[in-house]
Amino acid sequence: MSLFGFSLKARRPKSAQTAKDRLQLLLAHERSAGSETPDYLPQLQYDLIAVIRKYMNVSDDDVEIKMERDDDVSSLEINIEMPATSKARPAKR
Amino acid sequence: MTTQLKDKPPLGKIIVITSGKGGVGKTTSAAAISAGLAKLGHKTVVIDFDVGLRNLDMIMGCERRVVFDFINVIQGDARLKQALIKDKRLETLFVLPTSQTRDKDALTKEGVEAVLNELKEEFDYIICDSPAGIERGAQLAMYFADEAVVVTNPEVSSVRDSDRVLGLLASKTHRAEKGASEPVRPRVLITRHDQGRIDKGEMMTVEDVLEILAVPLLGIVPESQAVLRASNVGVPVILDEPSAAGKAYEDAVARLTGEDVEMKIESEKRPGFIQRIFGRSA
Ligand SMILES: Nc1ncnc2c1ncn2[C@@H]1O[C@H](COP(=O)(O)OP(=O)(O)OP(=O)(O)O)[C@@H](O)[C@H]1O
Ligand SMILES: [Mg+2]
Repeated sequence: MSLFGFSLKARRPKSAQTAKDRLQLLLAHERSAGSETPDYLPQLQYDLIAVIRKYMNVSDDDVEIKMERDDDVSSLEINIEMPATSKARPAKR
Repeated sequence: MTTQLKDKPPLGKIIVITSGKGGVGKTTSAAAISAGLAKLGHKTVVIDFDVGLRNLDMIMGCERRVVFDFINVIQGDARLKQALIKDKRLETLFVLPTSQTRDKDALTKEGVEAVLNELKEEFDYIICDSPAGIERGAQLAMYFADEAVVVTNPEVSSVRDSDRVLGLLASKTHRAEKGASEPVRPRVLITRHDQGRIDKGEMMTVEDVLEILAVPLLGIVPESQAVLRASNVGVPVILDEPSAAGKAYEDAVARLTGEDVEMKIESEKRPGFIQRIFGRSA
């Protein structure tokens, strides 16, 4: 315990600071998006699948959407499992 | 029993972590228990049933990776596979986060059942982190359970609420309503156990609590600073730096999987000092 607000024993970053950082990041996202955070994502997913289906046969399960939020950027990663080439034929347009 | 054979059908066991009273350590326990099961090689998913008050994602440290949630799946807006978040530390661990923006009415019994049935096809253990209270959210979290972990602090209101929850488990669950040959199997997990205060006569003993509730004991988790630290950094306490709380959860997990582990009271303050209270586990 230290009277001066710091301790000589603190070698690695304090976990409380980690907690604060994580919360600030999360809450900034939750607030900026109002109460609607990822609600456009399902629709985005439907639209994506619809577009991709114009060119190849994929099922809903072949599209995977991942998100990673960070301090200054967030990334949305969209993975599409493509059918084997022999089966890959354009769906009717 | 440590590794899962690929072709073995999954166990599909549903365990609810419940309590009645709020803030007694359900989410901490759900995170620790699911991580502990996964560490043993069991394919495990932990579901946040606390709709509108999403917290499990933070305790598991996956809050930045939530895209879809339990409610999206129930409402057909996303596939289950897309909502499951794979833990970055353990191959066998998955998190199904809940919605932060909806309310408990977004949960329906049919929707919950459909999701659980799908999970049963793939997972050995499905851990349901219940919200506090005994209302709709808590009842849905326990409804389809095979087993229940009733998290209790050695303190009057917590024990009283646990008793209430035990009553619900015996009457308001699928197993109870269909008159299943085996009812939901309840066990008590005593958390925030403080031997110092018990010695001073300020806190009820484990025996006191068990005498009142009359259900078997799953484990005793000491009051521990490691729990706050683990939640700060988003790591289930069982996967964080070694601690008495982590050890106690490991023993509880072993008992959940059917192992007979001697019941001990771990204490953070007196490392190495272990007081044996029971010759056998419950
Ligand atoms: N063994 C323990 N030692 C010290 N603190 C603990 C312990 N278990 C839980 N806590 C603390 O108690 C608080 C509540 O824990 P937790 O969120 O797990 O409870 P909960 O039952 O899920 O709450 P709620 O009813 O709101 O969902 C947290 O601050 C947590 O760090
Ligand atoms: Mg909780």
